[in-house]
Amino acid sequence: MTMPYYVAPEQVMKDRAEYAQKGIARGRSLVATTYDAGIAIVAENPSRSLHKISEIYDRIAFGGVGKYNEYDQLRVAGVRHADTKGYAYSREDVDARSLANLYAQYLGNVFTHEMKPLEVEILVAELGTEGDQMYHIAYEGTITDEEHYAVLGGDAETITERVAAAWQTDWDLAGALKAATKALAGPDRTLGAGDLEVATLSRGNGRRTFRRVSEEELAQLLA
Amino acid sequence: MALPLFPPESDPGPDFVGLLRLTSGGSEAAARAGETTPPFPVTHATTVVALRYADGVIMAGDRRATAGNIIAHHAMDKVFPADRFSAVAIAGTAGMAIEMVRIFQVQLEHYEKVEGSTLSLEGKANQLAQMVRQHLPMAMQGLAVVPLFAGYDTARGIGRIFNYDVTGGHYEDADFQATGSGGRDARSTIKLGFREGLPLDEALNLAIKSLYDAADEDSATGGPDLVRGIYPVIAVVDAEGYRQVPDEEVAERFGDLIARLQAERAP
Repeated sequence: MTMPYYVAPEQVMKDRAEYAQKGIARGRSLVATTYDAGIAIVAENPSRSLHKISEIYDRIAFGGVGKYNEYDQLRVAGVRHADTKGYAYSREDVDARSLANLYAQYLGNVFTHEMKPLEVEILVAELGTEGDQMYHIAYEGTITDEEHYAVLGGDAETITERVAAAWQTDWDLAGALKAATKALAGPDRTLGAGDLEVATLSRGNGRRTFRRVSEEELAQLLA
Repeated sequence: MALPLFPPESDPGPDFVGLLRLTSGGSEAAARAGETTPPFPVTHATTVVALRYADGVIMAGDRRATAGNIIAHHAMDKVFPADRFSAVAIAGTAGMAIEMVRIFQVQLEHYEKVEGSTLSLEGKANQLAQMVRQHLPMAMQGLAVVPLFAGYDTARGIGRIFNYDVTGGHYEDADFQATGSGGRDARSTIKLGFREGLPLDEALNLAIKSLYDAADEDSATGGPDLVRGIYPVIAVVDAEGYRQVPDEEVAERFGDLIARLQAERAP
């Protein structure tokens, strides 16, 4: 009788984590930060149509890095969750925390039970009435409640250091975008409006607070 | 609640009603029962009008809801924003109609978010037609809903109006349309006063006059309520989007109309 080939669970998890990290590191990063009128999200993304940042609900935005098809599937699920909840109860009952928890559960489940983990990191940002919230969900389902700023992607550690060094309370949109762009680019590169995808959740946008910043507008803000 | 994920073969795409059916069977499930007309008076909403003007469309509706010979509600809204560039107004069974509007609003926004682009005005009109058609079994039981849909076509740069019947048939009207119990009277007034390229000011006055005339002839249509300060809801949709005309302005225009009518009657 042959014994089934034994692999230690530690090893399985380690291999999966490595696999997911590699996949995520292949893509470009994303920075989200609060500013005086709300939350600004900046992603390095040369495509104008395959978005990394999207609207989920009135005050909730989604950001994803890693494999496009995987985080886009999660984005659509988020929109569906929010819309059905808002329809069944009330628009004010839709919140980022419950959605972030669902994402975390799903990612955690896939990580432990499926062959292949999802190669994504997710941001769920909400413009709160009291305080703004940013939830960072990693490929294995770890959820972090970030304050002031959040960085997603393979190069997150070094980018976080740069953002932390530049961060100011209540800076304006132009200041926040300039710093986020510089942090994403690092010391050796410069990123222009054409390389970035930017969106904001801002107070004073009416019911639906999500708004994409167009390339021309972004060029002006970064100038 | 679990994350609503579906295998590719049963994915509802940007269809919100389809999604509801798959997740919990929302209001749709309630829409299948009985075959006779309801044995109790049902709240009805009446007279809504839409007309084109130089830069877009305006839509107006009276505020009265009736249940048989009873006035069920004095201040009901019958004109709603469907999305940024379109408005929907309702006549018929109030409860059903408001629910239809609610699901229509969510559907348009849902499509926009899932697909990343907005539906064309014609697409929105078709979507509403499907909802009215699905409602046909209820209409056969006497709970009909007849909406009126109008919006600003951003691709063509014009205002457009769509009229519906209970079967979900929808017909585009070139200039104006009115529906509900006082619709005929309102339509006659607009027909007499309408001309191409009407400026906003005149178009608003014409809509107000049409509702006044409808209330004059039809008991289920409410006129201006000077005591409570309840006036018809009037919405304008143009290149800037949907906006509701402030109550004070509507009140003022009604005041002018009444003063004019009184002056005409004075010997």
